[in-house]
Order: sequence, then structure tokens, then C-alpha cells
Amino acid sequence: MNITFLVQNTFNGIMLGGLYALIAVGYTMVYGILRLINFAHGDVMMMGVYFAFYFAVLTKSNVVIAFIVAVLGAALLGFLIDNVAYKPLRNAPRISALITAIGVSFFLESFAVVVFGAIPKPFTSIFKSQTLLMKVLNVGGARIPVLTFLVIGITAVIFVFLFLIVYKTKIGMAMRAISADIPTTSLMGVNVNFVISFTFALGSALAAASGLMWSMRYPNVFPYMGFMPGMKAFIAAVFGGIGSIPGAILGGLLLGLIEIFIPAYFQSMMMYRDALAFIILIVILLVKPSGLLGKKAVEKV
Amino acid sequence: MDRRLSTKTKVILTLLVIIVVAFLLHLADKHMDAYKLRILNLIAIYGIMALSLNLINGITGIFSLGHAGFILIGAYTAALLTLSPEQKEMSFIIQPIVPWLAHLHTNFLFATLAGGLLAAFAAFLVGWPVLRLSGDYLAIASLGFAEVIRVVALNAISITNGPLGLKAIPEYTNVWWAYGWLLVTLLFIGSLVSSSYGRALKAIREDRIAAEEMGINVFKHQLLSFVVGGFFAGVSGSLYAHWLTTIDPRLTTLGPMLTFYILIMIVLGGLGSISGSLIGAALFAILVEWLRNLEEPFKLFGVIQTNGLPKGSRILVISAIFVAIMIFWQRGIMGRNEITWDNLYRWFSRLRRGEKNG
Amino acid sequence: MAKGEPLLVLDHVTMKFGGLVAVDDFTNEVREGEILGLIGPNGAGKTTVFNVVTGIYYPTSGRIIFDGIDITPLKPHQITHLGIARTFQNIRLFQDMTVLENVMVAQHHSISNPDGDRILKMNGKKPKMNGKFWFWRSVLKLGYMDMEKKMREEALNLLEKVGLASLAYEKASALPYGQQRKLEIARALATEPKIILLDEPAAGMNPKETEELMDFIKRIRDEFDLTVFLIEHDMKVVMGICERIIVMDYGRIISEGTAKEVQNDPKVIEAYLGKEWEVI
Repeated sequence: MNITFLVQNTFNGIMLGGLYALIAVGYTMVYGILRLINFAHGDVMMMGVYFAFYFAVLTKSNVVIAFIVAVLGAALLGFLIDNVAYKPLRNAPRISALITAIGVSFFLESFAVVVFGAIPKPFTSIFKSQTLLMKVLNVGGARIPVLTFLVIGITAVIFVFLFLIVYKTKIGMAMRAISADIPTTSLMGVNVNFVISFTFALGSALAAASGLMWSMRYPNVFPYMGFMPGMKAFIAAVFGGIGSIPGAILGGLLLGLIEIFIPAYFQSMMMYRDALAFIILIVILLVKPSGLLGKKAVEKV
Repeated sequence: MDRRLSTKTKVILTLLVIIVVAFLLHLADKHMDAYKLRILNLIAIYGIMALSLNLINGITGIFSLGHAGFILIGAYTAALLTLSPEQKEMSFIIQPIVPWLAHLHTNFLFATLAGGLLAAFAAFLVGWPVLRLSGDYLAIASLGFAEVIRVVALNAISITNGPLGLKAIPEYTNVWWAYGWLLVTLLFIGSLVSSSYGRALKAIREDRIAAEEMGINVFKHQLLSFVVGGFFAGVSGSLYAHWLTTIDPRLTTLGPMLTFYILIMIVLGGLGSISGSLIGAALFAILVEWLRNLEEPFKLFGVIQTNGLPKGSRILVISAIFVAIMIFWQRGIMGRNEITWDNLYRWFSRLRRGEKNG
Repeated sequence: MAKGEPLLVLDHVTMKFGGLVAVDDFTNEVREGEILGLIGPNGAGKTTVFNVVTGIYYPTSGRIIFDGIDITPLKPHQITHLGIARTFQNIRLFQDMTVLENVMVAQHHSISNPDGDRILKMNGKKPKMNGKFWFWRSVLKLGYMDMEKKMREEALNLLEKVGLASLAYEKASALPYGQQRKLEIARALATEPKIILLDEPAAGMNPKETEELMDFIKRIRDEFDLTVFLIEHDMKVVMGICERIIVMDYGRIISEGTAKEVQNDPKVIEAYLGKEWEVI
């Protein structure tokens, strides 16, 4: 228990947190606009990873191209899911949309089982040279894989782009307007459906990006790989304040750090690592359901 | 116009139906092959699961996704009580079983009751915080609790035998236990729903605030519904464990997937309808078995030999059907209606009146 | 309690939502047997007063005393049990349930409201519940059927009195608007209240329906021995049946008195000017 241990864990925690945050943002954006918990989000991430894998394997192409294809494919998938499964239920009770989302999630998972097979695939096999993945840097005594820096760096860049889109573009403004009030926004001449589709696509792209980086670090690709990270990312979004993008990022980072640090310093908690997220969920829902950065909504009677 | 049958008539009709069904079950028990009999029992178990979840989700309008957790508690509790001390000693090889559990041994009835009661108690503990939350949050929180229960089951090795689970559970579940408990569940929940309490629960579903303003303690009634649902979930867990003869906490068959299956049953049958839940459970069990057969090599139209659908297609087809139902046919088969003696009577009278008018 | 005595007292009630002051130092009373009107421009805080009285909101400061009991900290279901009933501005019926069921739901508290009874006993009043253990009795049907029959008969009786008996088995959602409003009032009456709070009962009604409503309210006040506290925008109703009127604007009371007094109060006229009101 010394400085190097602390440094190593910090970097690991930030990396993991960043990956959770990328997925969490997708949940929070959709919830902010539609008040829908998109249970299928984690599975879209999984599909994105499979897209990359099969594209690279079947076309023997460069990894970067495969990644781009995967991200675009996931965006398209997210868009399709909204159009086919969620849009018809826009005016139905929220429970119905929620149940449908669960159905879509199971659909995607079983689709992957049937089409891709349940046996895990090694993601790293698509990389022509594995040296970059293996390289480890020495930072003042702490040994940190280059991959960790890479992931943190790419995640940070993605978030910068995200902020630019949400706060500096027209469509970003439309997204923020819709999450406040749909009918008024549409009266202002905004094509609400288009913006909603865009939000789904964007969120899915982020999830896919996260999945790709996740698979570089944890190379096991299997149909249910999206379930746990998806659940945890959702918890992170709730933790930070569902509906708030900064909240999702904060929640994700905190969750990542907690998941790394607690088992590191309390060895006996290693087994219960997965339960940590759920405990956080229960605590935050009991203490401050609107999350760390969320605002309390008052119901009008 | 409200045509109703007298209570006495309804009781007699119900007793007649019970006798006929009991007779049919007796025949099945004697003459059906083992495989079909297993499915028949599973239908009853699913029926109890569906009825109990429908009480919470469909009638009271609480979107709980944590049902599998209560089923699991019922399963473990009952199995740990029906396994003999020797069996327990043999199974618990990672860590020996906790001493106070080692010698607890009882019959199937008490074990199932204990399972139900413990699950009900868990429902009380979970419901207390969770029911204060609104719709979406409630769903996730309940799911979270169910997952926590599963993770605890995986890790509390000296109580649950951890990842090894419990094996060689005596196969006590037969037609009489399964359908007997189904009858109890049906009578209890049916009686509850047809009473003033049932109206109160439905009112809570329709409009919480209005219900509270009409003098109903919404929180207390929601908790009541949750605990009753939890009890029967525990009972179904016990029956399930003694049907499957193993409990494996790693498998998702006792996790979120099970809750999803039950959701499909009650949505298919009609969310909020008791008769619908039974129909949905039966249809689901049959559908799943039929699809399972398709995963083996089979003869298309009895002539063309095929290899069978790839493994896992079952769930694919079921989820696709489910999503399709949600998009196109949310009401489900029964909608919110029930098959009751009064309804049947009115339906027949209308038919008869139609005939008379030519 | 004798006629004219204060039945419901609001004592310096203030309700703030964050920085917004919805109700500002509201002090007044509703007297036994009267029909009291609460009027004011939109957003004046009238419904908020109702919500505070019925326990949906806990007031930022002040007290509410009903029939001698301090009901400020109580929950809505307890307050209803004590004898305050209400209707809603936007109709909140149990849409998927029948007319009869809607009314019978309002009777449930007579068999299941132990904490309400506790409060009654603590304050020296008679408990309202008809016995105990009703949950088990209703499931096991031990002596429950008689209670159910009694509740049903009383409910049908009530529907008869308000003229909705012929629609008893229709779904609430199937009723025309005017009947739905009537049903809401009937449902509130089924809780056996001492005072009934009506939130814009005449909203959306044509002149004929409004006339009927006015007679209806007077009739139920007499027949059911009630006190009526009502919010209305329709001045015909207010001036027609309210014996006393309170006027609110921006959360405060700006005037009170009889119809004539309030009509001629310059403060009231000023509050309504520019908001396209017609004071008849």
C-alpha cells in the first residue's frame, strides 16, 4: 500500500470509469428526452463489438476501419431500434415502453447467441500487431499499460466532441430543449423525431466506442458481455443524476474508481465487486433519487 | 344491466370445476408419460409465478422487476429444509454448512410454507424502501435488489453452498402439490382482488394520488400487495426447486431472465387479469417446450429431415414475439377482463336472447 | 359542532416551493354548514390551498385545524378519514373501473384506516372503522360478505341520490364529461365527509349544466349535512350559491365578504382587470 499502488489503481479506475461514462451518457440522453430506460443499450454496445470483430475477420481490413464501421453500425442499430420498437409506443404508458426495452435487450442477446455463437471470441485476434496492446510504461515506479493511457485519452477526446455537439450545435440545443419540454419544442419548428433518432444514434455510437476499447482491455467477446457493463453504466447514470450528461460522466468515473479501489484495499470485497454497483444504486435511490447532480422534480397535482 | 348469479350458485359451480379438474389431474397422473407430466406441473408452477407477479404489476400497478429474487429465496429455503442432514453434509464441500441449518429437516409442506414466509419477509424488507420510488426508479431498484440477492446466494457459501448450488433435491413436486398450491394461490389472490382491498389496489394503479385522497393508505396497500406477491413467489420457488431438483445461482434461469419470462406470461395473458395470467402461463410453457423440440433435429411436415434450429433460437423467437405483442397488441389475450361465473352467465344470456330474437 | 362555528381553520398558512411563494400567510376559516367560495385569477394559489389542507403538501409554515384537531402533519389518507373530502381540477377518476366501483373505493377507509382511527381516538373522537382484521376477513370471506353487501347498498343508494344509478356498471371513462364531474363529487361524498372541497366543479360546463350543478351543490349540502368549500372561476356559480367569498391573488387573500361586498371591492376589480374577466 504505497504511492505506486495508489497511482496504478487511480489510472485503472479512471479508465474503467471513462468506459462506464461513455455508456452512461447514452442512457442519460435517452432518458432525458423520452423518460425511457433503454435496457437494450448495453446490448447495442455488444453488437458494436461483434460488428468490428466480424468486419475485421471477414474483410481482413485495418483495425481502424473496422472500428469506424462498428461505430457507424451501432449508431444505425440504435436508430433502428428506436424506430421499430420504441416509436410506436411513444404515447403508451411508460411501463409498456420499459417492458419492450427489456424485450429488445433479450432479443439482441439471443440473436447474438444464435448468429454469432455463445462461445467467447478473442478480440485481440483482429489486431495485426499486438505490441501496442502489450506495452507497459513505467511512471515513477508504477507500471501502467500504454493501453490505459490510450483509452483515457480517446475517451477524453470523445467527451470534448460530445460537449461541442451538445452545447455548441443547433441539434445539441434541440436535444436539450426536448429534454425540457417536447410539445413546446416541436411547436418551435424542431423536427422532434429526427432529433430523437439522432440522440439514439449518438448514444449508441458512444456505447460502441466504449465497447471497442473495453474489448481491447478485456478481450473476451460473448453475447452477454453487454449486460453487466450496461447495468452498471445505467446505475452510474442514476448515481450522477439521470438526465444530466455531466452527471453521467461523473457517475461513471466515480463508479469506476469505487469498483477498482474498494476491492484493492479491502481484499475480502473482491467477490462482491459486482454487487458494489447495486449497493450504490440502492443507497442513492433511498437518499437522493435524483442523483448527485440531478434536480428534484415536483409533481403537479 | 347487472345480471348476477347468487353467491351460492357460484360456490357450487366452482366446487364442481375443482372436482372435475381434480379428476382430470388424477387421470393425467396415472396415464400421462413422464415428460408431459413434467410440463403439466411446470404450467402450474408458472401459473403461481404469473399470478403473484400479476398481483403486484398488473393489479396494483407497481412495476417490480425483482420477482426472481423472492422465487430464489423460496427455492433455497425450502430445499435446505427438505434435504436431509446427511445430504447437506455431502453437498457442502467448499465450506461446511452453518450448524443451525445442518439439522433442520422437515416435510415438503412446511418447507414450502417456510419458503413462502421467508420470501414474504424479504418482500417486506425490499418493499419498504423501494415502494417510495416512482415507476422507473422502482423497476431498477427492484431489479437491483434481486441481483443483490443472487450475488449473496453465490457468495454466502456456508448457507447456500455458493456457486455449487444445491443438487439432488428430492423431486417432491407432483400434480397434487403443484395444482394444490395453484388452487390456494388462485383462491387467495382471487378473493383478495374481488374484495374492497382489490378495489383499493386497482384504484392505486389507476391514480395514486386520487386513491390516497379517497382515504387509502397507498404505501401500506402497495406493501401488502408486494408481500402477498412475494409469499406466493417463494412458494413457487420451492415447487420449482423440487421440480428441477437443482438450484444453480450462476444460471440466469433463476435470475432476470426468469422475471422476464413471467412478464411475458402476464403481458401475453393480459396485464391485470387473473384468468389471463393462467392462460399466459400455460401458453408460455407450451410454446417454450414446442420451441425446445424445434431445436432438436426434426422432420418438416413429417417428411423433410432438418437439423433443428440452432441452440438458443428459443429465446430469440420468444423475445421477438414478445416485442411484437408489446408493439401491436398490448392488451394481451384477456386485456383486463376476467373469466368469472357472472361474465360467463351474462355472455350465455346474451347468446340466448339473441337466439330468441331470431 | 354547531352551525356557523369554524370547522376548518387555516392559521397563517404559507406554502413555498423553492423560491416560489404559492400561498402567502393565508388565515381564514370555513364555518360549519356554509358554502364558502375561493376565487382569484389563475395561478393565485387556490388549488395549492386545497392541496395543503388535504395533506398533499406539508406547509412551509402555519397550521391547519379541522374539527379541533391539528391536521398539519397528517397524511392525505388520514385527513380523509377524519372527514375532509375533495374533487380535483382535472378529473381524477379511476378510469378503468365502473361508476359503482369508483364510489365503493371511497368506502374502503371504513374498513382499513387504523392510523386514521388512532388519530380520532387520540383527540377524543369516535373511531370510524367498522371492526378489525378486515384484510384476513376479506380474503377468507369470514363475515365479509355482509360488509360488502352493506357497502354496495350504500353506494347504490348514494348513486341514486345523485342521479347516477342507471350508469352504475359503466366504466368511468365511458361517461360524458358532465356525469364524470358528478361522479367525482359522488365519490367524494362516499367517504362520509364533514366538509367537501370542490375544485372548479363547473369547469367545462354549459349554462344548463351549471344551473343543475348549483342546485346539486345546495341539495347535497342540505341532504348530507355538509360544509362546502369551493374554488370556481364561473362567477354565476360563485355569486349564486356562495354565502361567503374569499378572493386570492399572488398567494394572498386580498378580499373577503358576501358576493356584493366582494364584487364592489376595488382591490378585486384591480386583480381581475386586464385578465379578460366578466364579473356578472
